[in-house]
Amino acid sequence: MSVNLKESKKLSLEDKIYLTKINADKEPHLKIIDRQECLKCENRECTYACPVTTYTWEETKREIHVAFENCFECGTCKIACPHDNIDWKYPHGGSGVSFKYG
Amino acid sequence: MKEKFSVIVIGAGPAGTTAALTLAQRGIKDVVLLERGNYPGSKNVMGGVIFTTILNKIMPDFLEKGAPVERNIPKRCFALLTPESEIFFSFKNNEFNRPPYNNIFTVLRGKFDKWFAEEAEKAGVMLLCNSVADELIKDKNGKVIGVQTRVTEGTPKEEGQIFADVIICAEGANSTIALKEGMREKFDQHSMAIAVKEVIELPKDVIEDRFHLEGNEGVAFEYYGDAVQGLFGSGFIYTNKTNISIGIGVVINDIMNAKLNPNDILEHFKEHPCIKPLIRGGKTLEYSAHMIPEGGYKKIPKLFKDGFLLVGDAAGFISTSPLHEGSSLAMASGMMAAETVIEAIGKNDFSSVTLSSYIDKLENSFVIKDMKKYSDVPEVLKNSPELFNKWPGGLASVLTEVFTISETPKEIVEENIMNKFNYEIGFVPFIIKIVQLRNAMKSFYYGFSKKIEDFVATHW
Repeated sequence: MSVNLKESKKLSLEDKIYLTKINADKEPHLKIIDRQECLKCENRECTYACPVTTYTWEETKREIHVAFENCFECGTCKIACPHDNIDWKYPHGGSGVSFKYG
Repeated sequence: MKEKFSVIVIGAGPAGTTAALTLAQRGIKDVVLLERGNYPGSKNVMGGVIFTTILNKIMPDFLEKGAPVERNIPKRCFALLTPESEIFFSFKNNEFNRPPYNNIFTVLRGKFDKWFAEEAEKAGVMLLCNSVADELIKDKNGKVIGVQTRVTEGTPKEEGQIFADVIICAEGANSTIALKEGMREKFDQHSMAIAVKEVIELPKDVIEDRFHLEGNEGVAFEYYGDAVQGLFGSGFIYTNKTNISIGIGVVINDIMNAKLNPNDILEHFKEHPCIKPLIRGGKTLEYSAHMIPEGGYKKIPKLFKDGFLLVGDAAGFISTSPLHEGSSLAMASGMMAAETVIEAIGKNDFSSVTLSSYIDKLENSFVIKDMKKYSDVPEVLKNSPELFNKWPGGLASVLTEVFTISETPKEIVEENIMNKFNYEIGFVPFIIKIVQLRNAMKSFYYGFSKKIEDFVATHW
């Protein structure tokens, strides 16, 4: 293995997610229950607590976009959502994230 | 598939596979082990060390059988970080480099869980991958008689029904079935942590030189303070054969309040001047994330009902001791659930009355004994943010005073040290906190001093 041991290559979160194998369902396994709640939400914890930033606030649409196809299925979002407003379930059997090392 | 088995085990992690393997070893041949991933381990993450005390009981020759452990761990290190400094404690004993290696090994769960489930298959367990256990199927009396699984998209619901006399649920930290069944409350943000990690590749000899390792030995590090930006949690490094596991774990409440992303906390940790040289030049192979239950004894759900038992992370069995022996608790609970099920099969009675002997087994073992001992720890730590955000810096500035070379006479230096300690931490708060922690851990002659206190209280 030849490596440059003098410095590390800095990876963005997108680069890192790209390294992990994800075979997403066609139908989302994560859903916002009531989109009105998100309009009232003060901090929108889902947008930063998720390790892969599945949830992003779209200012033009005034709604949370759910990139469920990046989900690592950790479950943090459903606990971090102060309004208990995420319908969270596992993807179908064999779908979703597949860690090689874990 | 409308098949009937003796036992269904949900989840092929350490707890579930231990249960399935134990059943097969004791002659229960129609055991089905459900795994929602493509293969066991594909959904599973840990920092990295697995404790093999229980594995040693059920499979004493696991190393000869090719268990994919990375390195045995004779050395553990604990450190406090501030942005510019590191306070470090390390313990190594070369005796731990000889069998049974103190029952502690680094592993990569993608490899380990796969191997372990294959061993269960060799013993006669039927492994069914790509099957998510969604909910339980019950008879008219409420006894659990099966599992509704969800396989690939578009498969009719009935095809996912599997039946058994009894079900052992090892579905992991998210514990969705226990919630649906009303066996636990909704998780609160204080009792769950999120951990993220990277596996970073480095040449084997570079790892051995950087971490002072000989042969197959490895080292485990845990870092507090600035490692996680002063939050309730820690950073970790574990050495594997040709890569390093590095990550952070933080209680979700603190992530919410600090408005920080877990990956950003990990990147901050990797950039620390004392951490950066350890991973320099490495190539990230994978990024992963998983939740860890942190509620301890007080958050243990109801553990059984007619035809149903909970084990492992799904049962909240984690170690709140500083050694993090959660995998040992998981495997022990899997083994005890299997033993309980064998008794139930003998009696042909799967009611909660028979299954309640699971609780007796847990209570007579280190699983509940240790969880009870440390039952107050989560609460005390939750109410002690200064331990994570203030004291590491305070101790570092005291030590900076100690180690600074100057012409200041030592008499004045000592005075400065004391003043600094009193200002940054405070003698009284320090002693109070130490006593609180000691009481929460019920350690250091706790029983003896409790007796004296009780004696004084009743006689004076």
